[in-house]
Amino acid sequence: MSKVDLSVKLGKLELKNPIMFASGTVGYGNEISKFTDLSKIGAIVTKSVSLKPRKGNPPQRIFETASGMLNAIGLANVGVEAFIKEKIPFLEEVKSTVICNIAASTIEEYVECTKILTNESTIKGFEINVSCPNVKEGGLQFGNDVNAVGRITEKVRAATDKPVIIKLSPNNSNIVEFAKTAEKEGADAVSAINTLVGTAFDIYTRKPKIKNITGGLSGPAIKPVALAKVLDISRNVDIPIIGIGGISSWKDVIEFMIAGASAVQLGTINFVNPNAGIEMLDELVSYCKENQIEKLSDLTASYVL
Amino acid sequence: MIKEIAKLEEKIRLNENTYLIKVLSSKIAEEGVPGQFCNIKVSESNFPLLRRPFSISNIEDEFVFFMFDVQGEGTKILSQKESGDELDILGPLGNGFGFDDDFDTAVIVAGGIGVAAFPFLIDNIPDEKEVYSFIGGRTDKHVITNGMENILISTDDGSLGIKGNVIDLLKRNENLFEGKKIKMFACGPNPMLKALQSYAIEKKYNCELSIECAMACGFGICQGCVVEDKENEDKFKLVCVDGPVFDVEEIEL
Repeated sequence: MSKVDLSVKLGKLELKNPIMFASGTVGYGNEISKFTDLSKIGAIVTKSVSLKPRKGNPPQRIFETASGMLNAIGLANVGVEAFIKEKIPFLEEVKSTVICNIAASTIEEYVECTKILTNESTIKGFEINVSCPNVKEGGLQFGNDVNAVGRITEKVRAATDKPVIIKLSPNNSNIVEFAKTAEKEGADAVSAINTLVGTAFDIYTRKPKIKNITGGLSGPAIKPVALAKVLDISRNVDIPIIGIGGISSWKDVIEFMIAGASAVQLGTINFVNPNAGIEMLDELVSYCKENQIEKLSDLTASYVL
Repeated sequence: MIKEIAKLEEKIRLNENTYLIKVLSSKIAEEGVPGQFCNIKVSESNFPLLRRPFSISNIEDEFVFFMFDVQGEGTKILSQKESGDELDILGPLGNGFGFDDDFDTAVIVAGGIGVAAFPFLIDNIPDEKEVYSFIGGRTDKHVITNGMENILISTDDGSLGIKGNVIDLLKRNENLFEGKKIKMFACGPNPMLKALQSYAIEKKYNCELSIECAMACGFGICQGCVVEDKENEDKFKLVCVDGPVFDVEEIEL
């Protein structure tokens, strides 16, 4: 076999490979670009952008747990105005496909943010964060309300012609209902999963390790949960799924694709090895060659149950 | 700023719980400046998952030194490494001390393993300048003096030096530096830095604090290691990229 095709499609959005960097684990590209070549990555998803700047939660914001970490950053970000002025020029330079993640406290704010950003040519699509576990307003308040997710999807859909991805929360009883609603209201894809709500205590002071009391659990510890969610969604909706949750090797990428993902996002691993995504690409090619797979995208939902 | 697989050359046990390791890391050795740190992955597995930040303790030729206390699983694993083992190091990270300022006397204030960053700083302070090292520890077993100069010591239990904390020690010895053009450099536990911060501000001493904070990435993307910004209450500063060294007037501890 001479050449392996790593490209994947997320609706009308084509990526050169399925490896994306997850929101909140790549900033706005500039810091991580010192360690990795962003032009080789399928796409990067920006740190959540909200209409106004957000300071985020007070420290301590992170705590390491068994094969994972808790974080309660609280959507700290520069706000849409500074994002356009200070961050987009760099993102334009790195020649990666840029997906802008949007966070908001009200449906109107999601729409306004999308409208302001939709004319930015650097932004190739939007990922709508309806599932941050670490903020009081918006975030999980929406992520747990299937009607709210439906309305947000519908209104954001109407505000842009660019691809819209809804990022789903695992912190509810039935993620499939949310995925179905997103599909029905016109989302081009869903990404799953956001972090799982967790906590940790200091046994001597009896205080939580995270100032926010709870945080979002990420890292290899959550991979089996994420895989099950992706599989569940895959068996019930037709739009593409972006698999997220503890991916730390090329094998995890393959596993998520088999379970139903069209692409994947790397998160916590970027903190440990900012070049991990690129290092996986060669391995993906080798795997395909060894297994006579011409198009990597043929793996999507190829599970044998 | 690079990611380098570095070979451990030598491990020295400084006391019951403190180690000094010497690693061959030519690129980091070339770039590193005093006050910067490296983020080290101590295992190839997911345990521990994240890197651990360590001050650069010194640099000699192609070698980088790190000094650390065994505090948790990560530092325990690091302490069990042997010569020839490889370490995955990201660095040098952070800003470093401002030691080119106009001062005649460097007053170093260190608590516990806070001394780690100072041998490198002392080696880089021009010889004509005076250096005093005020070092505090819980007991005589917790006092580390490696690579330090003109040493004064305090311990909580009085087993070495004066009985008391390092700020008491500093205040008792003000005569050594009062009236001179000084700059203070400090690193240690937060309560110590807080006390020093008030003291330095009150006395109008030029003073830099190197602070410690749990962090995931070490280079600005995780936004985990925040500290209150005195000049702007609408945002935090990041210890990993805005620090770890801050002027006393910059941050709220």
